[in-house]
Amino acid sequence: MSASGPGDDFGGRLSFDRGVPGRRAVDVPSWDGEPTPLPESHLLRDSVRLPELSQGELVRYYTELSARNYGIDSGTYPLGSCTMKYNPKVDDLVASLPGLAEPHPQAPAEEVQGTLRTLAELAGGLGEITGLPAVSLAPAAGAQGELAGVLMITRALEDRGELAQRRRILVPDSAHGTNPATAAMAGYSVTQIPTGADGSLDRATIERELDASVAAVMVTVPNTLGLWEQGIEEVAGLIHHAGAYLYGDGANLNAIMGRVRYGDLGFDVVHLNLHKSFSTPHGGGGPGAGPVCCRPELARYLPTPVVVECDDGVVRLTEPERSIGRLQQFHGNVGVLVRAYAYMRALGLEGLRAVSGQAVLNANYLRVLMGDHYDLPYDRPVLHEVVFSGTRQRRLHGVRTYDIAKRLIDHGFHPPTVYFPLIVEEALMIEPTETEPPEAIEALAEAMIAIAEEAGRDPETLHGAPWGAPIGRLDETTAARRPVLRWQEDLNDGP
Amino acid sequence: MLERIGVSDVDALFADLPAAALDPVIRLPPALTEPALIQLLGDRAAGNAAADRPDFLGAGAYRHSIPAVAAHLTARSEFVTAYTPYQPEISQGTLQSAFEYQSVVCELTGLDTSNTGLYDVASATAEACLLAARVTKRSAVALLEPIHPGTVDVVGTYARGAGLRVDVLRSPEEAGADHACLVVQQPDFLGAIVDLEPLAGALHADGALLVAVADPFALGMLRAPGEAGADIVTGEGRDLAGPPHFGGPSLGLFAARSEFLRQMPGRIVGRTRELHAPGNGAGEPRTGYVLTLQAREQFIRRERATSNVSTAQALIALAFTITLQALGPRGLREAAELCYQRAHDAARRIAALDGYETPERGPWFSEFLVRGPVPAADLAAALRARGIGPGLDVSERPEPEARGALLFAVTEATPPAHVDALIEALSEIGDEA
Repeated sequence: MSASGPGDDFGGRLSFDRGVPGRRAVDVPSWDGEPTPLPESHLLRDSVRLPELSQGELVRYYTELSARNYGIDSGTYPLGSCTMKYNPKVDDLVASLPGLAEPHPQAPAEEVQGTLRTLAELAGGLGEITGLPAVSLAPAAGAQGELAGVLMITRALEDRGELAQRRRILVPDSAHGTNPATAAMAGYSVTQIPTGADGSLDRATIERELDASVAAVMVTVPNTLGLWEQGIEEVAGLIHHAGAYLYGDGANLNAIMGRVRYGDLGFDVVHLNLHKSFSTPHGGGGPGAGPVCCRPELARYLPTPVVVECDDGVVRLTEPERSIGRLQQFHGNVGVLVRAYAYMRALGLEGLRAVSGQAVLNANYLRVLMGDHYDLPYDRPVLHEVVFSGTRQRRLHGVRTYDIAKRLIDHGFHPPTVYFPLIVEEALMIEPTETEPPEAIEALAEAMIAIAEEAGRDPETLHGAPWGAPIGRLDETTAARRPVLRWQEDLNDGP
Repeated sequence: MLERIGVSDVDALFADLPAAALDPVIRLPPALTEPALIQLLGDRAAGNAAADRPDFLGAGAYRHSIPAVAAHLTARSEFVTAYTPYQPEISQGTLQSAFEYQSVVCELTGLDTSNTGLYDVASATAEACLLAARVTKRSAVALLEPIHPGTVDVVGTYARGAGLRVDVLRSPEEAGADHACLVVQQPDFLGAIVDLEPLAGALHADGALLVAVADPFALGMLRAPGEAGADIVTGEGRDLAGPPHFGGPSLGLFAARSEFLRQMPGRIVGRTRELHAPGNGAGEPRTGYVLTLQAREQFIRRERATSNVSTAQALIALAFTITLQALGPRGLREAAELCYQRAHDAARRIAALDGYETPERGPWFSEFLVRGPVPAADLAAALRARGIGPGLDVSERPEPEARGALLFAVTEATPPAHVDALIEALSEIGDEA
């Protein structure tokens, strides 16, 4: 419950503005031993400007801030492509056990066998689930996992002596933005592949583009339309025949866990997003974890470290022979990996299959409940998510998807992903996930239908929405044009 | 639900999947109930060395006294279970706290612009090198020893992809006109405080940038690198957010001079106002926060983005922010100086022991080299046998002071009893040698 009233400009006063000189939240012990002179003054600073608040004031400020947030624990959060499902609390509990939370990253292997064995078993489980048995848990997030995978392909091409001519990566036009961005970061040029009328890759374009200049094709399965990529196993054959690699964006693993494996479909390397499929909390934008899994032939290129149980029974962190190197100073987001391990162990194979089954059932339920009221550019059974289009509402009533999303906030829901994938006009990408009960999906559909009806009756209400949120629509244009990016003493004096 | 959808069972919804690949054999251990899961992970926790035994490892990860209030507030589920604040109207908690974070990082580093945080210090430093190469249009970057070997490795990983050459230098004079930047760690990998200002002057004269990899806790007393002339500052925030977790979740600080704003990687939060006054429109539009300058980012710019980064470490950034704001200006300075005093006191006591020396390379903050009466590996083993975690073995490093030495870290969070135990153990080992 928000403690501030509608007239109160809560956001206008930062912690820095709320401080009172001399006030403090914690005490620091004083040094009563023999004093060592400080370094010369040119190496030192004046004090850092920080707020001066009592502990109670600091707690109230951040508690009020938390009340201005919406999480999965607040309600349905059907953000497509992000797999916002409920996060089991026991996973947080076990990850914070002091024995697991306290080890130093440079501790010798013998002193961290509990952690290393846990990581080894997680890696083994991910290898089983993906059918790609060689795994590095190092990447901190999906995008870093993508970078690892593409750099592994670079190394493999280098060893084949073909890196100089294979300079292109093919990416579908429905791909996550991280795919082309990653390919570019790894020094490749990107060729976009259009999506066919069935929602899958346009086969003719793929066949035409596949030649000796192609290093890899990056494909998301299921794709961002929530659809199965038809004939992906045949496309894999074409890609391999052309001497290129098939990279998998595993962001949508939630739809197929326990039912089909990337390795069996012909993928060479894939990254997963454990904060999505394995339900570790999203944290307002991380930390996540983006393990990379590959065929045994590519294992020698995996990022360092790889967790291996050695012949003496000790689990160790190792550096693969031709590793692309490290991605972080240490070993990855271990605290997240422990949560993902707990999730996997709590479910087992039948549990994971139940997850994908329910996730797909829920998305299809939403599809049929809403189907008469919103356009479905790819009108067929879906997997984990369904992509509607707001074109009808725009054409008939001048209401944009943006307005529909904002109005959904007034109904108590987090809006879906909007304007993605880019190939769907006025896209509304909805992923209910398996943890929403049927009543919640029905309520979401009812709200969306009510908004569709309201669009005809009272479009102005949609244009101004949300009306009941902690704050109204914000001026994003001015924010970008005249950026104010940090606190300053005179911040409140300006326009 | 099945009837409404028009299928007979859930499996029918997977009809598009290729039959030949469907339902493979997957070997996973059986499901566990919650009590069994807690038992299992409890056993794993017990399989690690005791969490409360004396341990003097630093070398990139340091234990600090984190105010309890940081963990308490960060655990609020509205923060924990939200995602990237795409919908600012119901994400002001994440957005306004990220603005607080950017403000704190700017104050610490002495620079004008911070993003909302990257993965860790090393990947943030790699991104800094990529930014430097973009703005200087040069194709090589340099790193100055002594620097964390993990940072060198990660910069190498990213640089190979971008086609950049990486030179690791023993002296700043080796930085040449073809280097986009020189990366300097503060304090350096062996604990010494670096005078950044002369380095910045020389680099700028050559048209290169200074990237400082600074420990944010040490910046509680050390000069802000931005004031000393650094163009980009990176750092590791994990140690001010919570326990080490075997290295992660980590938090990569990234701040830069504002002229590089549109070249920055990662998310940035900006302050703005409502488009319209609330309610009946009688009042003033209220202040709010949004993700901004997104035209740099992968989901809009795709292959022309400044970086591929998307999800990073938002929750760790929140904990980091609250720790620093709970300490406040005086608390942070006092904690940094307490750390300095305790470390120097411990070093002095060790140097006073027969057979031990603590070779210095100039003023230092909280890490120091210890050379004992026995070879470094033997000294480490002897400490371990006494239940004490020794400092990192740096005996093979090229710096003359490091030869044969272990690198010990003592901070304000090191219990005095642990230092006493260390002194006693070193003394015994010395007597036996």
